[in-house]
Amino acid sequence: MSAPTVTTYDAALAKYEPVLGLETHIELGTASKMFCGCRTDFGADPNTQVCPVCLGLPGSLPVTNRAAIEGIIKIGLALNCDIVEWCRFARKNYFYPDMPKDYQISQYDEPLCVDGYLEVEVEGETYRVEIERVHMEEDTGKSLHVGGSTGRIHGADYSLVDYNRAGIPLVEIVTRPITGTGDKAPLVARAYVTELRELVRALGVSDVRMEQGSLRCDVNVSLMPRGAAEWGTRTETKNVNSLRSVERAVRSEIERQAGVLDAGGKIVQETRHFHEDTGTTTSGRSKEEAQDYRYFPEPDLVPMAPSREWVDELRAALPELPAARRRRVQAEWGLSDLELRDVVNAGALDLIEETITAGADAGAARKWWMNELSRRATALGVELAELPITPVQVARVQAMVAAGELNDKLARQAFEGVLAGEGEPDEVVAARGLKVVSDDGALGAIVDQVIADNAAVADKVRGGKVAAAGALVGAVMKASRGQADAGRARALILEKLGVS
Amino acid sequence: MNELVGRTAAELGALIAAGETSAAEVADAHLDRIAAVDGAVGAFLHVDPDNVRAQARAVDERRAAGEELGPLAGVPIAHKDVFTTTDMPTTAGSKILEGWRPPYDATITERLRAAGLVIIGKTNMDEFAMGSSTENSAYQVTRNPWDLARIPGGSSGGSSAAVAAYEAPLATGTDTGGSIRQPAAVTGIVGMKPTYGGSSRYGVIAFASSLDTPGPFARNVLDAALLHETMSGHDPRDSTSIDRPVPPVVEAARRADVAGLTVGVVKEFAGSGGDDGVTARFTEAVALLESLGAKVVEVSCPHFTYALPAYYIIAPSEVSSNLARFDAMRYGLRVGDDGTRSAEEVMALTRAEGFGAEVKRRIMLGTYALSSGYYDAYYGKAQQVRTLVNRDFDAAFERVDVLVSPTTPSTAFPIGERADDPMAMYLADLWTIPSDLAGNAAISVPCGLADDGLPVGLQIMAPVLGDDRAYRVGAAVERALEDRWGGPLLAKAPDLAEAAR
Repeated sequence: MSAPTVTTYDAALAKYEPVLGLETHIELGTASKMFCGCRTDFGADPNTQVCPVCLGLPGSLPVTNRAAIEGIIKIGLALNCDIVEWCRFARKNYFYPDMPKDYQISQYDEPLCVDGYLEVEVEGETYRVEIERVHMEEDTGKSLHVGGSTGRIHGADYSLVDYNRAGIPLVEIVTRPITGTGDKAPLVARAYVTELRELVRALGVSDVRMEQGSLRCDVNVSLMPRGAAEWGTRTETKNVNSLRSVERAVRSEIERQAGVLDAGGKIVQETRHFHEDTGTTTSGRSKEEAQDYRYFPEPDLVPMAPSREWVDELRAALPELPAARRRRVQAEWGLSDLELRDVVNAGALDLIEETITAGADAGAARKWWMNELSRRATALGVELAELPITPVQVARVQAMVAAGELNDKLARQAFEGVLAGEGEPDEVVAARGLKVVSDDGALGAIVDQVIADNAAVADKVRGGKVAAAGALVGAVMKASRGQADAGRARALILEKLGVS
Repeated sequence: MNELVGRTAAELGALIAAGETSAAEVADAHLDRIAAVDGAVGAFLHVDPDNVRAQARAVDERRAAGEELGPLAGVPIAHKDVFTTTDMPTTAGSKILEGWRPPYDATITERLRAAGLVIIGKTNMDEFAMGSSTENSAYQVTRNPWDLARIPGGSSGGSSAAVAAYEAPLATGTDTGGSIRQPAAVTGIVGMKPTYGGSSRYGVIAFASSLDTPGPFARNVLDAALLHETMSGHDPRDSTSIDRPVPPVVEAARRADVAGLTVGVVKEFAGSGGDDGVTARFTEAVALLESLGAKVVEVSCPHFTYALPAYYIIAPSEVSSNLARFDAMRYGLRVGDDGTRSAEEVMALTRAEGFGAEVKRRIMLGTYALSSGYYDAYYGKAQQVRTLVNRDFDAAFERVDVLVSPTTPSTAFPIGERADDPMAMYLADLWTIPSDLAGNAAISVPCGLADDGLPVGLQIMAPVLGDDRAYRVGAAVERALEDRWGGPLLAKAPDLAEAAR
């Protein structure tokens, strides 16, 4: 058998049909942990947010955080799941230093939310991703393996463990196998995680920040020959820490598995690790080391039985969800499908809507965020929402434009000043002396000078070529360093040249 | 023996409250007694006289400052080493926790302190409460004050021995399969397993979470009830704790009558292997109850026969998970950490050296029972049996107010006799286990001496949250028998100071 090679993506898709499965973990943003009163702040000094319970000290016992259960029920409802009337926690047993009790309190065969779906759109086509289950569990601590080459526990010189994260409420969302996506598989995976993130963010139950690990994704991929009836063996890829990585990991696994299959090899059911730098996956735990987690009902906790009244209350209080909201703003703002997609992909929906709320008209709000501010965000290498400017500030600048106090060019300078930390828009405008010159006296002097400097063009205009006046307006704008009121300047030029 | 040491807890509390003695004086008397006899008995793993005297002084000062204190303020108590204590080591009888100082107090420890009880020391126990003889302690042998060659029961054998040897008038214990009632029975004292969830497990080092139930030891029923009331009640830190008032156990212990009550004798227990002496004392106790005005009927509980095997699936399964945390990473023993070994190797070496044979046996039993492919056949089936045992109790308590049986099939057996025969050891809990599986209340009170001159216990089982009923019947039996004997059974025990010599 020849060594497996990686097949090109197109060649792989020509021969094989991918089947996807996604397991997403979301850390809830509750003030305290899942089973104790410890705080959950991200980035605190190691082992400062711990107590006997989340350290699993002998004799300590868990008590369920109601806010976390409320959070998961909201997620379940938003994913169109059934919320079961009765379920239990279970213990998942395995030894690992970052797990204080050497078992994780999780759910096994009795999840809290079941049988839901989430619709995602890829290139104008809608895919319904079915949700098998949404269950509640506790997070583990965080290990830092020092020394060694892999950054993993094997081969490390020593390891440090931070238990601040241990016991933070974690919601796991598991899809049913996703079929029929063909060459769109990587995009569907990415769209699903993106949509899920938007959904959870809209619910306000987590900050869903992949870079901080509050949203983590495991990607299952298998291939079957086109037309085959049975699915292939799947792999589970971990360490997929950005939306882009979700897409790349699926793509890379499709290529790798196709290479193995083409060479007559077999796919090993295993855990694989995604590497951000190379965009490829490498083998992790293999099946021989597969764990028997010995699940059994958690005897330290009583069953969960959310009352129907409570569930109905939470359902009634759900905020507008992203899909409905997109439909609404598309209609309200008069966007094409493509324009809406651009706005969503840029992460500008909230920003534009808040700018409109602060008084700007929809067209202008969208224009500033999608053009000028997007350009600046790209240049700085940050997300649009991370720019140091608020929708209220954008709306204020736009108000000055609408009032004729600024033109677009001056508005851009005002944004530049705000982004540079020079203060509120009004302060920037005052400090930089940004002001449309529309006063006929000052403007008239500039126009006279421009006419004198551009006699040839002026003659053309006088001779009836009114279109040539544009060059003179441009010159006026230049001479006034952009501060002239272009409309007024044009009127003055035509008047002085006797063609008005 | 100092006269104070022979007093009941209720008497000591009253004497201290009346200013006729002080907590400090009472503590000293008991520390002297411990110094005199514990070398022979071996009830305590840890006694720090300075700490004890400081606790006692603090209680006297609280009283002097005018604080309203409960009926047991100033009374010494022996505390099973399974409860966390910030001022004393807590080992659960295991090498793996040698020297561990918990950073927090168990809820029950807190309640004892709040009530002004003086924790005189931590008592020996079978490792992680697994055993019926206290021989599974990693530290020392505890001897039965009635016969120093015999076991004091287990797993709370240090507590039962301490109370029977007058080293403390009260002690705490935990009952998972009989670990309070069986030691009480074989040392001639009173031991109560409250309703599961009636007393907090927070800070009790777990053996089997769905079964573990803390409860009191005392030399008489009223003292046990006073301690029961002090240590029990809802605890928001324990999710399985019952949010209901503590049953009126003290009132019931004072009432001490059986008028109008129906007492059930479990048919399936008769002829299931009790020693003759045990059976004889039990039969007399049933006759006594009848003579006191109770109606006695026979009751069938057909699934009690399967309780013991079901228990030996459920408890070890929970053990295999509960004891996983002893992995050398955060506290306790660490073996083989020489800079070359992996965490996994250190975990394995530590557990191999830190756990005793019985603990390992149960971890392996439980790991097997929960493993993939066996779960339904073992754990699943055992849970079904548990449900059936529950239903047997439910059906029985529709007909009777309490059920009675001997507490344990034999009197105290010689140290070493069953150490190598786990099955024989497990049989000691044959009649106590059903109430652990069902979570109902059950008490053991002395009902006489068998032909070998050793104490026999009468078990009185009451419904869930019917703890008061167990006390009421237990106190009635105690009153009648003490009238007959002319004093407590324990007065018949040999003089320990002499035996120790």
